[in-house]
Amino acid sequence: MFRQLRVALRAGVVTEPPAGPDEVERLGVELAREVRARFGRSLHIRQVDAGSCNGCELEIGGLTGPHYDLERFGLHFVASPRHADCLLVTGPVTRNMAEALRHTYEATPDPKIVVAAGDCAGDGGIFRGSYAITGGVAEVVPVDAFIPGCPPSPAALLAGLLDALGRRRG
Amino acid sequence: MSVAGYVLAACLGGVGAVAGLAGMLGHAWSAHVGWLVPLGGLELQMDRLAGCFVAIVGITSIPVSIYAGGYAGRDRRGVAAYLVFVASMLLVPLAANTMTFAIAWELMSLASYLLVVQHRGAAAAHAGWVYAVMTHAGLGCLLAGMLLLGAWTGSARFVDWTAAAPALDAASRSLAWGLLAAGFLAKAGAIPLHVWLPLAHPAAPSHVSALMSGVMIKLGLYGLVRASFGWLGTGPAWWGTALLLLGVVAAVGGVLYALADRDLKRLLAYSSIENVGIILIGLGAAVAFRATGADALALLALTAALCHADNHAAFKSLLFMAAGSVLHATGTRDLESLGGLVKRMPWTAAGFFVGSAAIAGLPPLNGFVSEWLTFQALLQNVQLRIPGLNLVFTLAVAALALTGGLAIACFVKAYGIGFLALPRSEAAAAAHEAPLSMRVAMMLGAGACVALGLGATAVVDALGAVAAAVVPAATPIVSGDWLTLHVSGGFASMSTAQLAVVLAGALLVPLAVLTLAGARPAARRYETWGCGRLLQTPRMEYTATAFANPFTRVFDFVYRPVKQLDIEAHPESRFFVRRIAYANPTRFIVDEWVYRPVDRALRAVTQRAAAIQSGSPNLYLAYLLAVLLLLLVLA
Amino acid sequence: MTAVVVGGILQVAAVAAGAPLLVGTLRHLKARLVGRRGPAPWQPYRDLAKLFGKTPVVSTTTSWIFRATPYVLFATMLAGALATPVLSSRPPLGFAGIVLLMYLFLAGTFFLTLAGLDAGSAFGGMGSSREAAVAALAEPTVILAVLALSLRANTTNLGGVVERLSGDPLLAANPAHLLAFSAFFIVMLAETGRLPVDNPATHLELTMIHEAMVLEYSGRHLALVEWASGMKLLLFLTLLANLFFPWGVPAVLAPLPLLLGVIVLLAKLAVLTVAIAVLETSIAKLRLFRVPELLAGSFALALLSVTAVFLLR
Repeated sequence: MFRQLRVALRAGVVTEPPAGPDEVERLGVELAREVRARFGRSLHIRQVDAGSCNGCELEIGGLTGPHYDLERFGLHFVASPRHADCLLVTGPVTRNMAEALRHTYEATPDPKIVVAAGDCAGDGGIFRGSYAITGGVAEVVPVDAFIPGCPPSPAALLAGLLDALGRRRG
Repeated sequence: MSVAGYVLAACLGGVGAVAGLAGMLGHAWSAHVGWLVPLGGLELQMDRLAGCFVAIVGITSIPVSIYAGGYAGRDRRGVAAYLVFVASMLLVPLAANTMTFAIAWELMSLASYLLVVQHRGAAAAHAGWVYAVMTHAGLGCLLAGMLLLGAWTGSARFVDWTAAAPALDAASRSLAWGLLAAGFLAKAGAIPLHVWLPLAHPAAPSHVSALMSGVMIKLGLYGLVRASFGWLGTGPAWWGTALLLLGVVAAVGGVLYALADRDLKRLLAYSSIENVGIILIGLGAAVAFRATGADALALLALTAALCHADNHAAFKSLLFMAAGSVLHATGTRDLESLGGLVKRMPWTAAGFFVGSAAIAGLPPLNGFVSEWLTFQALLQNVQLRIPGLNLVFTLAVAALALTGGLAIACFVKAYGIGFLALPRSEAAAAAHEAPLSMRVAMMLGAGACVALGLGATAVVDALGAVAAAVVPAATPIVSGDWLTLHVSGGFASMSTAQLAVVLAGALLVPLAVLTLAGARPAARRYETWGCGRLLQTPRMEYTATAFANPFTRVFDFVYRPVKQLDIEAHPESRFFVRRIAYANPTRFIVDEWVYRPVDRALRAVTQRAAAIQSGSPNLYLAYLLAVLLLLLVLA
Repeated sequence: MTAVVVGGILQVAAVAAGAPLLVGTLRHLKARLVGRRGPAPWQPYRDLAKLFGKTPVVSTTTSWIFRATPYVLFATMLAGALATPVLSSRPPLGFAGIVLLMYLFLAGTFFLTLAGLDAGSAFGGMGSSREAAVAALAEPTVILAVLALSLRANTTNLGGVVERLSGDPLLAANPAHLLAFSAFFIVMLAETGRLPVDNPATHLELTMIHEAMVLEYSGRHLALVEWASGMKLLLFLTLLANLFFPWGVPAVLAPLPLLLGVIVLLAKLAVLTVAIAVLETSIAKLRLFRVPELLAGSFALALLSVTAVFLLR
């Protein structure tokens, strides 16, 4: 029981310090500013897997870990779209998932933003042209921002969220 | 025609209510008609305790009879029995000698028996049979106890028993008390004498269930109060301990079975057992306190028991009326085929909601008041310095708390599964609201639950006076100003009225603030979130069985569930399943441990006895001769 | 009368304002203990402010129960705040005792579990069923643990318990008292949905208890529900702090003792918060059907405590 505590206390805080030149941190601080403007420094994200290979999910999972720790910026992953301000959609939106994605969008209370993450979510990626996909998130629900990458790195994910907020405001 | 009968019953109830309330406030009288019945004549005696129960019967009969006019107004059957039922229940508390009591008691039992078997069918017949057997076994015990007392005291009048009881020796008093208690507990439905109750209450028409559950079983408790405090004088502490433990078993057992049941009316019937248990806990505490000389605490505990008895009459009759109107509208009592009724039957749903909240003991409604009083009576057991008894009281406190928690779960299930979300059957989807008379009756019941809760100080004061008449020489300890109840000086206090004001304020202020701040954009309606699934059907809803599942697993030593899995495969391949049937019925310890062995023993004895019944006249003549010779020899 | 009203408003304001900070501090501490920087302790205020500005989405299958529940839940917690000795030993609702407070909490549970069933989603029903089970099984321990206190104080009024027990400096060394404290601590974890009973940070529906019931809530409704559960946590911790260690609780509502009392209370709450954070970091959630065993254990502790009071008097 106490081993975990001992390890954690010995390691200390492993999250990157805010003053550093690190890309993540810079983006994060800017993002926090944007989130503050629109959502009062609180953005709750519901992740939607619309047929992804789970590569993007791995990177998104990295956001919540001690190294990137997106919670320090007031971002938080939630379990229900009802609790969310932002849908983070991955995958090429397979035909089977299209309706589910639309339902999720409708289930999210306003105001809300949609961020498509990963090349598949943009235009279908390597699956483009396949009969099994609708061809990107924008075909199904209005997208506020797109984060390229296969998969996008956690840093890129944060940058994309920033982009989304900026465009929404402008 | 039959509506007139129910109007008459309501008037009878009104008369009873007035007479009972007058008696409760101290307007005592007695009547004696010597020629009417043999063995002492008809003798009635009104005192505070009798008045209290006459008032419970009378007041409850008014809305229930109004309800019956709408529920069964077109049905001619059962009106006469219903009238006799109400009249005899009004008579029972007034009876002042054995003969009067036995006649009123038996009339009450017979009338209710007729009402139970009124709807023909195997289930009603079985219920009626079990009810008849149990109620007459109870009557047998009662008569045995009363005749013994009569023989020892040389009088059939209750007043004489009260005067002569202290002179009797302890063993005979305990014997008489045991017999009387068994008889009264059978009527009250205490475990293990409860088996008739979950059968008879659902089988009867709903207005009759309301009276049986709300009122009739209380008369068993009335008898118990009389026997334990009046007729037999102050008893030993073990009477109280026995009642306390029986109360604990009935409270916890009743609510556990209610929780696992999916038949709405049977659930309510089991919940009546639970509430009888709570009343018995109060009563047992009163007897134990009285036996150990703590008269002030006995008074408090008895007040709590009386208070719960009248509160239970209010909310249980309301719940049965609402369940009846659901049955009326959908034709089913099965929770698994109900649902969505809150939109289709808003009045009924509102009635059931108030009843559920009251029976679950939510402040500031009436159920909370009496449970609170019971808690305060039990918690003061520290004043007794008998470790064994202290431990029993501690157990009762824990059991009462557990019962409260489980009752909330039980009524969340009943209301949440029965009335909320989507209808689970076409009958429920096509349900219609009950007619006006039934709605009026339910609103009266709901009003009673609220009034008894908010007017707790007045109610408790009045009942405290009743209890003080039963436990004499005790200074009234339930006192207070018109706003706040104070128990035992500074031990505890509570005010439902102030709490109601605070709750209303706490409800309205945030609402007003939000509205004024403009933060009330109209909500958007959209379908229930189901992880992106395309269609919501009732089959996706949680069922009553599923809701109770954590409880059946945790308390499996009580429920002893049996898992029945029946898989029918395709004849070509066992990998293609055609049909899966799964059932998880619970078993009843009391049935298996008490009634099954008794039943088996009886059957064995009668089978042995059948050996001497050959049917041959010669043999029977030989038996006669043998008995005659035996008698001659013995003489 | 005026003093009571002023005290009441002060106390409600303190509890309502303090609850998000408590939740935020707890999250912050937990993040630190796993090596994260974590959200700021005042993050819950921002979350609430944002939620109040959103347009809620309400399921089409729901009834008035669903819409009323957040307000009722919030109201029961506000009333609970008035019934608990927080700032002074005599709470503004002077008549309030432990039975009343527990039934107020149960009233909130009653409405919340009904709301969970109202949307007709399987998750909601599952959460309701589990919440009802945990609440029901925790109830005997709560009452017995407080019985152990009231036996000593000879009153069940919360204010009276604090006043009479604060005169006994050796209280904390009394084994019966410590047993009752541990029993109450365990049911506090169960009642407020903390680990190991329920994981407040879970995203997996099948492991949820509290969260599953509120999956349908959004906007201001969700804000009220979250706020109310924060207040419940604060009230339970305050009960643990002020009932079991009743030192430094001011008897009168004067500015200086009040300030001192608040500082002492904050110190006690800080200790409890750190304890919960350490506990939640170092243990895993129990399987649902192991929870009754935990609660039975806490019941045994409470029973032992009461028995000890009876035997050692």
